[in-house]
Amino acid sequence: MYDFAYHKPASVADAVKLLAADPDAKLVSGGHTLLPALKHRLNKPSSLIDLSGIADLKGIKKVGNSIVIGALTRHVEVATSDVVTAAIPALAYMASHIGDVQVRNRGTIGGSVSNNDPAADYPGAVLGLGATIHTSKRKIAADDFFQGMFTTALEADEILTAIEFPIPEKAGYAKMKNPASRYVMAGAFVSKGPMGVRVVINGAGPGVFRQSAMETALAASWAPGAVAGIKQDADGLNSDIHGSAEYRAHLVGVMAKRAVIAAG
Amino acid sequence: MDTIIPFEGIGASVKRKEDLRFLSGRGRYTDDINRPGQTYAWFLRSPHPHARITSIDLAAAKTMPGVIAIFTGEDMADIGGVPCGWQIHNKDGTPMSEPKHPVLAQGKVRFVGDAVALVVAETRPQARDAAEAIMVDYEVLPAAADMPQAQAAGAPAVHDDIPSNICYDWHIGDKDTTDAAFAKAKHVVKFELVNNRLIPNAMEPRAAIGDYDPTTDEHTLYTTSQNPHVIRLLMGAFVLNIPESKLRVVAPDVGGGFGSKIFHYIEEAAVTWAAARVHRPIKWTADRTESFMTDAHGRDHITQTELALDTDGKFLGLRVVTQANMGAYLSTFATSVPTYLYATLLAGCYQTPTIYAQVKAVFTNTVPVDAYRGAGRPEATFLIERLVDVAARETGIDKIEIRRKNFIRPDQFPYQTPVALEYDSGDYFSTLDMAMKASDWAGFEARRAEAARHGKLRGIGISTYLEACGIAPSAVVGALGARAGLYEVGVIRVHPTGSVTVLTGTHSHGQGHETTLAQLVSDRLGVPVANVDIVHGDTAKVPFGMGTYGSRSLAVGGSAMVKAMDKIVAKAKRIAAHLMEADVADIEFDRGTFRVAGTDKTKSLTDISLAAYVPHNYPIEEIEPGLEETAFYDPKNFTYPGGCHICEVEIEPETGAISVVNFTAVDDVGRVINPMIVEGQVQGGVAQGIGQALLEACVYDPQGQLVSGSMMDYTMPRADDLAPVSVATHTTLCTHNPLGVKGCGEVGAIGSPPAVINAVVDALRDYGVRHVEMPATPAKIWSIIHSNAPRMAAE
Ligand SMILES: Cc1cc2nc3c(=O)[nH]c(=O)nc-3n(C[C@H](O)[C@H](O)[C@H](O)COP(=O)(O)OP(=O)(O)OC[C@H]3O[C@@H](n4cnc5c(N)ncnc54)[C@H](O)[C@@H]3O)c2cc1C
Repeated sequence: MYDFAYHKPASVADAVKLLAADPDAKLVSGGHTLLPALKHRLNKPSSLIDLSGIADLKGIKKVGNSIVIGALTRHVEVATSDVVTAAIPALAYMASHIGDVQVRNRGTIGGSVSNNDPAADYPGAVLGLGATIHTSKRKIAADDFFQGMFTTALEADEILTAIEFPIPEKAGYAKMKNPASRYVMAGAFVSKGPMGVRVVINGAGPGVFRQSAMETALAASWAPGAVAGIKQDADGLNSDIHGSAEYRAHLVGVMAKRAVIAAG
Repeated sequence: MDTIIPFEGIGASVKRKEDLRFLSGRGRYTDDINRPGQTYAWFLRSPHPHARITSIDLAAAKTMPGVIAIFTGEDMADIGGVPCGWQIHNKDGTPMSEPKHPVLAQGKVRFVGDAVALVVAETRPQARDAAEAIMVDYEVLPAAADMPQAQAAGAPAVHDDIPSNICYDWHIGDKDTTDAAFAKAKHVVKFELVNNRLIPNAMEPRAAIGDYDPTTDEHTLYTTSQNPHVIRLLMGAFVLNIPESKLRVVAPDVGGGFGSKIFHYIEEAAVTWAAARVHRPIKWTADRTESFMTDAHGRDHITQTELALDTDGKFLGLRVVTQANMGAYLSTFATSVPTYLYATLLAGCYQTPTIYAQVKAVFTNTVPVDAYRGAGRPEATFLIERLVDVAARETGIDKIEIRRKNFIRPDQFPYQTPVALEYDSGDYFSTLDMAMKASDWAGFEARRAEAARHGKLRGIGISTYLEACGIAPSAVVGALGARAGLYEVGVIRVHPTGSVTVLTGTHSHGQGHETTLAQLVSDRLGVPVANVDIVHGDTAKVPFGMGTYGSRSLAVGGSAMVKAMDKIVAKAKRIAAHLMEADVADIEFDRGTFRVAGTDKTKSLTDISLAAYVPHNYPIEEIEPGLEETAFYDPKNFTYPGGCHICEVEIEPETGAISVVNFTAVDDVGRVINPMIVEGQVQGGVAQGIGQALLEACVYDPQGQLVSGSMMDYTMPRADDLAPVSVATHTTLCTHNPLGVKGCGEVGAIGSPPAVINAVVDALRDYGVRHVEMPATPAKIWSIIHSNAPRMAAE
């Protein structure tokens, strides 16, 4: 780890000010992605702006037909929230299967979604439910937010503050884990509701993406068999020592089918 | 009222004394030690697998805050390289190629992680900052990243003076009789297999502190070692030229070794050497990344093998051709692993009358490879037990039947194999029967059918293995090229009031010696385990011993303690005879009580020890005061644990996901001192075996970069990857050591991988699969199922 200055602002406005003043500053929420990178000296921020003191960023509430989750909400809180479990059980299920206990006790939804790791779980749910990302500046539709590996629509001085999930009629999630990292090797988040029918694939490609052929098939007939016959193209999918693009393409079909079964 | 003292001797599951300290965070590991005035080391390491160093510019780095000194290979030109401890000879009798392994790279780097410079600074981050400021110019060379690459025409030479990249080309057994056996065979089963390369990953990363006292000219090294005396010998005599009397090596609590902490590593020599230059203690602690790229790796064999059988399925002969990866330099015991710890095991527990094995050791631009839990024996066992399964299938003989037909029978011991070893005892039929019963082998087909109803492929696999450990008779290993003796030392110090301190040359790094060895004393001398202290890991306290590896601590170290206790008892009897005015011949001794035979006159061990240290009424003319004895024990033979492992797996064909659903181990480890510790050792070993079989793959890319260089990419077994492992033992005693013990530290890792893979192959039996290479990952299983599916459909 290199030396850095440390700030702990009490409001989003103060955090934005600090961030705007220093182009080499980094936000830190749960730190479970950022700190390992710092320890490996892969990152050399001049200062860390710790968001954990900002009360406004915490909490889960039902607002109309949506669930709004503050950026600082930890995975364990989403996994065990009565509000989430009642409205979007698939989201609680997903959160309860991220990493291990320690990770779920520290990692936050805001950190995970801002980071947009292609192998992460949350981006699948955010895009898969057609959520809206609230930031210090604006609201961004999930369809516009994720822009490929570790890249999002967030600007340099913009802070993710909350995520608003429209409550679906049905939703389901299934994933195959990478045997070593236990992140997602290939996963599918499916939903049907106010945002239409969505099939979102995480883990398999360089970023989350919507599987439109499967969406069309499911829109016509919401049944596991509808997606089972659709082949995911292996072109452009990830290939590494844990699995070829062909394997991941195959898993996409299996996970989509399982997600539909889970959604009921 | 008499208090009831629980029996804590041989056979009791005494709770591990050391666990309170370990589990409550009070262990004292090397990194917990801080010396006054301590500085910190950071090694600048090569990012290239193979390159010439054209220049090193230290100017900027030297001015960095906190920097005390920076050293490069040039500064160490006049010291030795870290030596190899075992010289192997080629088929033609010439010695192996033995390139120098310099402490810091000289002229060339040969693997990613090869140390180029040592920075010593006031803090660890400062040392690291300065290392980043060192400018090294490299002329990058093409790398030999694996054994096929290293042996291809025009391959880059890892060492300029060894253009073939061959360390040795060795053989064992009788070629002519083996060829003749094949000529008359009814069946020949041929096979090629890989034994996958593994990264040990002990929980505690390696660490070393060099300390120098200019007043006395004494050097001290604190290090994460399984054998501090061996390190003192190798480093003092071969690298730094420091006499033993001026060099102390301390290996305090060590958090797991699995072999990877046997070896003398360059970091140990570097901090010891540099501490005497800067006159301040220097601490180095590896981070996990360094562990991945610099701890000696394990296994990494490519083998072609053939088994000849007669019409009845009796084995007639075995031929083996193995290539073994040495990595870029020869680690301490690297050369012995694929030869005397591997090829001598190729008879397994079978009466194969003739065997011929050839082994080529190959240099590559990778981390050195050396012993890892089992060392050579897992490689041999995997080969044999896979081969036997394939032979069963191809001859149509049941896989249990073919094993029983060929087992060495209990009445054949001692049994001389065609590959040098003479087995003293064993009973492979009983361990097989017990394991089949415990695993409900007979009920398997019903379980398979049930699994099929849930869309799962279930398979069962067996491995009937044998291994050789308790290393080793010094004269034998000396004749085979070992540059050390392999005896062990034990000192029994009975204190005046009857508590006991044991000094042992073995080293405990998780095995529970502080308990098991104390039980030996409790059993013999009747002293409660709580009053027996086991001291190990410090060359200033313990006489010269050889350390712990090859499941030798009890068989060799324990035997040395027994010999020392024999001397204690003999002396104590003479003192007792004096005190009770009886004849020595009439003194009987049983667990702490000396009795005049046929009388009720007794003395306790404490009466004797008190008399020995307060010799007022004492035959001082005939017997020296004190009650302390030392014994060295050199084993007469290896010990030969064996047994049977049975594994059941279930495969989900849709994803290739595989789960171990059942694991049964029945092992013959000789006499069991602490059944609970044996169970734990077997379970830990099986976890590593399952790791090798299903999860762990060390991968270098074709350019020589380590791809599986972190926990994100290297799959260590986790609890949920494993199944409950049921452990039982069946004892035949070792015939040549006084305890009858054989060793249990490695059996789990040796016996289990073929059981797992045999189960995987069995699960896939309808897919025409003959072999699945380790690790059998979901992706691999899926692609086997996927590529065979069309044929399945057509059939
Ligand atoms: C061992 C381990 C296993 C894991 N397994 C999984 C897994 O299986 N699946 C999975 O999805 N994840 C996994 N994770 C990642 C975990 O979920 C992370 O905690 C999460 O991705 C990031 O959240 P964080 O709060 O820790 O973010 P931090 O590490 O604090 O930050 C991550 C990045 O986001 C930025 N950032 C943080 N908050 C904000 C904000 N409000 N606005 C804008 N930018 C922000 C930071 O600057 C940084 O660049 C694992 C992590 C570990 C250590």
